[in-house]
Amino acid sequence: MIEKKYSKKHEWLEVNGNIATVGITVHAAAQLGDIVFAEVPAVGKSFKKDEAAAVVESVKAASDVYSPLTGDIKESNQAIVSDPSLVNKDPENSGWFFKITIKDQNELKDLMKKSDYEKYATENPN
Amino acid sequence: MSAANAELKQTSKTSLYEFHKNSGAKLVNFAGYEMPIQYQDGIIQEHTHTRNSIGIFDVSHMGQLKIECSSSIFPYLEKIIPLDFSSIENNQSKYSFLLNDKGGIEDDLIVTKVDTGIKIVLNAACKDNDAKIIKDSIGEGFTAVLRDDLSLIAIQGPKAVDAMEKIFKDISKLNFMFGNYFEYNKKKIFITRSGYTGEDGFEVSIKNEDVQELTQDIMRVSDAKLIGLGARDSLRLEAGLCLYGHDINTNTTPVEGALSWAIPKTKKEKGGFLGDKIILDQIKNKPKKIRVGIKPEGKIIAREGTRIFSKDQKEIGHVTSGGFGPSVNGPIAMGYVDYEQSKEGTKVILKVRENMVHGVVSKLPFYKKNYVKN
Repeated sequence: MIEKKYSKKHEWLEVNGNIATVGITVHAAAQLGDIVFAEVPAVGKSFKKDEAAAVVESVKAASDVYSPLTGDIKESNQAIVSDPSLVNKDPENSGWFFKITIKDQNELKDLMKKSDYEKYATENPN
Repeated sequence: MSAANAELKQTSKTSLYEFHKNSGAKLVNFAGYEMPIQYQDGIIQEHTHTRNSIGIFDVSHMGQLKIECSSSIFPYLEKIIPLDFSSIENNQSKYSFLLNDKGGIEDDLIVTKVDTGIKIVLNAACKDNDAKIIKDSIGEGFTAVLRDDLSLIAIQGPKAVDAMEKIFKDISKLNFMFGNYFEYNKKKIFITRSGYTGEDGFEVSIKNEDVQELTQDIMRVSDAKLIGLGARDSLRLEAGLCLYGHDINTNTTPVEGALSWAIPKTKKEKGGFLGDKIILDQIKNKPKKIRVGIKPEGKIIAREGTRIFSKDQKEIGHVTSGGFGPSVNGPIAMGYVDYEQSKEGTKVILKVRENMVHGVVSKLPFYKKNYVKN
């Protein structure tokens, strides 16, 4: 099993070769509450690390989903566009947002492992 | 009051605060009160439960002003509240506003006429200022008191009447927008058939020490759930009802707010209230801008502040309330547009982030209400 990595902006990513799958964490999905809208980036679009790449909206508010890495979008999850509640039901699996190429492996070093993220999330709930 | 002052002021708690906490509420600061935004089920579930069954809302943060008076007070009240008090029946409620000299809305409120005087329910954020305006207008001869010994809960939804009938005999005979006294714990309490969700329901004014027991009684005799402010907001938006400070404020008149239906005919003809020149002129010659419902196409939510454009790209207004309507199953919004662009069916464009979202001026409410008339 591939170990997930976590960002300070409450995204998770799963690295597979030179491609990373990105989504929002269980903690983030719970904080947002009922998710009613998701906007995912177009395939081929490029993002810099920490740039807003997708949008997620709950009943309460709209939030950006940031790209934790610099790269190009390889695929985006249309399933969450048609059924945004999937992000609440299964945020760290079928509720993924996009797959992005990894341009700079060094950027992975800034990310946390699960246990560190869980500690971080309790201290920084939003 | 400025935001800075509001933060300095200690937050208040309603009598149900501990009960909310023990019921899994997520609490937020609202108008200086720590209030439940939602419970564990979440906003959509709470919304749907109210539409399909029965929900209980703690609205004790709202002001309950009681004026002990006879009909001699009516001329003073009618200066600031555009109602015809002498034509209101005993125990009847009316939706109205507190006006300023520009015809702007200082607050929207519910007035109920009772044997001993007038009861007024006011918005939490405005209640202290409202009480001052009212006291200044009526003078020394009458006593007006903001009743902080009383809580207020709303029981809303299609099953509200059956649950309430089990506790209060003959309450089902109350008509919508009428109230009466009932007995609970050997004390007289005042209940109106009203609410702000687009559903049938009741609002119960009860002593602070009895409110939790009654809440639990209602939950015992029905499948009532506690509902937070999050669902209250989506319910009232679907019902096309205004949220003060957002959809109406001191700079919008009742005519601009599409609320002139709440001003009785006699007042529309003769005026006699603060800002009457401006309001009567707007009724006659139409206002420059007016509040409308807007249904965005697709799924993108146009929230408060979203700019509204006409088909030919001219900016015509902005959204004042916008969100997801669970019973509509899509985004809904209200906002102000130029009067010429306010006709039902007019196509508009909403600028949400980088998206130009198509929308259409829509009839309010978005969700059809089921009010009761016996």
